[in-house]
Amino acid sequence: MSAPISTEPLDTYTLNMGPQHPSTHGVLRLKLTLRGERLVAVEPIIGYSHRAHEKMAENRSYAQFLPNTSRQDYLSGMIYNFAWVEAVEKLAGIAVPERALVARVILAEFNRISSHLLWIGAFLLDLGAATPFLYTFDDREAIVFLLESVTGSRLTYCTGRFGGLAKDLDADFPRRARAVLAKLKARWPELVDLIEDNVIFLQRTRGVGVITLEQCRTWGVTGPMLRACGVPYDIRKVEPYGAYPRFQFDIPTRPEGDVFARYMVRILEMAQSVRIIEQALEALPEGPILAAGSSGVKKRLKPPVGTQYYAVESARGAYGILIVSEGGTEPYRAKFRTPSYANLAVMQDVMPGTMVADAVAILGSTDIVLPEIDR
Amino acid sequence: MSAVQAWLAGYITWTLATLLLGTVVIMGYLTFNTLFLIWLERKVSGHIQRRYGPMEVGPHGALQTVADMLKLLGKQLLTPVAVDRFVYVLAPLLIFLPTLCVASLIPVSGAEAFAQMPYGLIVIIALSGFTVIAIFMAGWSSNNKYAVLGGMRSVSQVIAYEIPILLAALSVVMLAGSMNLREIVAAQARGVPYLLVQPVAALLFFIGITAETNRAPFDIPEAESELVGGFHTEYSGMRFALFFFAEYTNMLVLGALGATLFLGGWLGPWLPGPAWLLLKAYALVFVMMWMRWTFPRLRFDQLMSLAWKLLIPVALVNLVVTALLVPRAG
Repeated sequence: MSAPISTEPLDTYTLNMGPQHPSTHGVLRLKLTLRGERLVAVEPIIGYSHRAHEKMAENRSYAQFLPNTSRQDYLSGMIYNFAWVEAVEKLAGIAVPERALVARVILAEFNRISSHLLWIGAFLLDLGAATPFLYTFDDREAIVFLLESVTGSRLTYCTGRFGGLAKDLDADFPRRARAVLAKLKARWPELVDLIEDNVIFLQRTRGVGVITLEQCRTWGVTGPMLRACGVPYDIRKVEPYGAYPRFQFDIPTRPEGDVFARYMVRILEMAQSVRIIEQALEALPEGPILAAGSSGVKKRLKPPVGTQYYAVESARGAYGILIVSEGGTEPYRAKFRTPSYANLAVMQDVMPGTMVADAVAILGSTDIVLPEIDR
Repeated sequence: MSAVQAWLAGYITWTLATLLLGTVVIMGYLTFNTLFLIWLERKVSGHIQRRYGPMEVGPHGALQTVADMLKLLGKQLLTPVAVDRFVYVLAPLLIFLPTLCVASLIPVSGAEAFAQMPYGLIVIIALSGFTVIAIFMAGWSSNNKYAVLGGMRSVSQVIAYEIPILLAALSVVMLAGSMNLREIVAAQARGVPYLLVQPVAALLFFIGITAETNRAPFDIPEAESELVGGFHTEYSGMRFALFFFAEYTNMLVLGALGATLFLGGWLGPWLPGPAWLLLKAYALVFVMMWMRWTFPRLRFDQLMSLAWKLLIPVALVNLVVTALLVPRAG
């Protein structure tokens, strides 16, 4: 028998971008069908860093799963860590002291800024500008250093405990935090000068990779990508959690839906995070950081039978946790809804028709984290 | 042996000796130049990015590129199975040739030059166009889709940008009334450097040579975030180094050409001519590095429309205006 004749038109060819490619941000493989330099079809192929986090959750106690959380999205690990902690707290009905609630907001927002800063650097690297990377990493380093002083880790934070935090913020923390914020604010005008006013940057991003609202709805796009399409959807506002309802902040949106809008939304979001942190530092109450009589990591924690869904706004979008408890020490089932998965899936609708260089820019603008997609 | 024979033998020996000497001097200098420029690039990028760049090998990392070169020399020359072997091996050797020829044609001072031609400028521009053939050979023979894309981009880019370079150079030729580079410099000695008379042409020329040397923001043939390594994806060891060698040599040579056309070449007080030429050329190279580490990269179609829709019309208008304004020499 002869081999089946390919029905692929002769003028197109397939290019495998990844899993080892400088611009796929981790082990992602994009199967591009190209005609010349123009994309005809895109198929994202994922699963290269699948570690079965959901299955792992079924095989260990609630506390033992804590280190896994920040290894899903290593760039906003703090937010993921708190999401798991808060979901379990809600399921088990554990009270959290005021100080811990506010401290969580501070740490999570710092983590959000550091994630966005890293994204700006990596995104501009995709566009061919190597230098901003070093500057945003310098800013990010200040945040990472600050968070390390509280949590002991730089990237994969595991500081949340059921009923509070593992370590209290020290007396000097507000001063150091304000110093970091001042450093960030001083750097932003430079970013604006070099990037937003740069003709080449505008040419590469304006009108490129426009996502329509319909596509957002179809694929479940959330986070900055949705807000760049003009929808002020942010879990912190629509389903407020933790201490967020106490603070004043806006949800920045842009109507265009293109790569530039996604960039601007993240820039504006960092300013809002700074706003939240400043208010939270003012409002940080005194008191215990961990609920009285709780070790925070009780090994035999047995939440009542029930199902709990809990969603937070991560740096990338809506992160949802569904825990099904049958009353044992381990969850019967844990399901994670990760934002990057949907944000990547929409690419197969957005990318066709663009050039290879645009595909890289669009992919960069989605701010995907592969371990979070694969889990 | 008759006197004629002796004279002939002496003449041939002398010609061969100059040829050999010239080649050795130029090759030697270009090798040094590549090592120096790679070091400079790393230092410039380092300081632009708030770091030091290489510091370990030698004072301020001066011997870092020597160490790198030795490392590359020691590396195995991998030849992938599926490549078109002959073309694949030939490309890195060929890419270097045109630049070397161009280097020998640039006058380094009023008194001496390795080679002189009455139509030097045309020869130089024609020769530097050959680089693209080697790049395309490398991209095509590698049998790698990224490399082919890089090669294709490179061909269309270099062809598009040769036109503004040529038109900008032509405006200078009109002013100087000669295509001989020494005449052009001599004409600037009588007046002012052509940068002041022809600022538009100088800018066009500079943009053109930046694109011609595949430097950012026009480095799309080797855009590492899109095409991995571009046309040299499949090359390793010394073959890879030769591409680098060619790129940095090209930068210096085209920088020197720019200096000759617009900055008065070897002219300058106190220092000897060659020193001035090199200073001016390196100043241009420095600006190229500065641009590379500041700007993002243009997209391929934007690059082409920049050349065809903006640079070439502007260059043409500039040429016509120059033609109308240039004083008629008797």
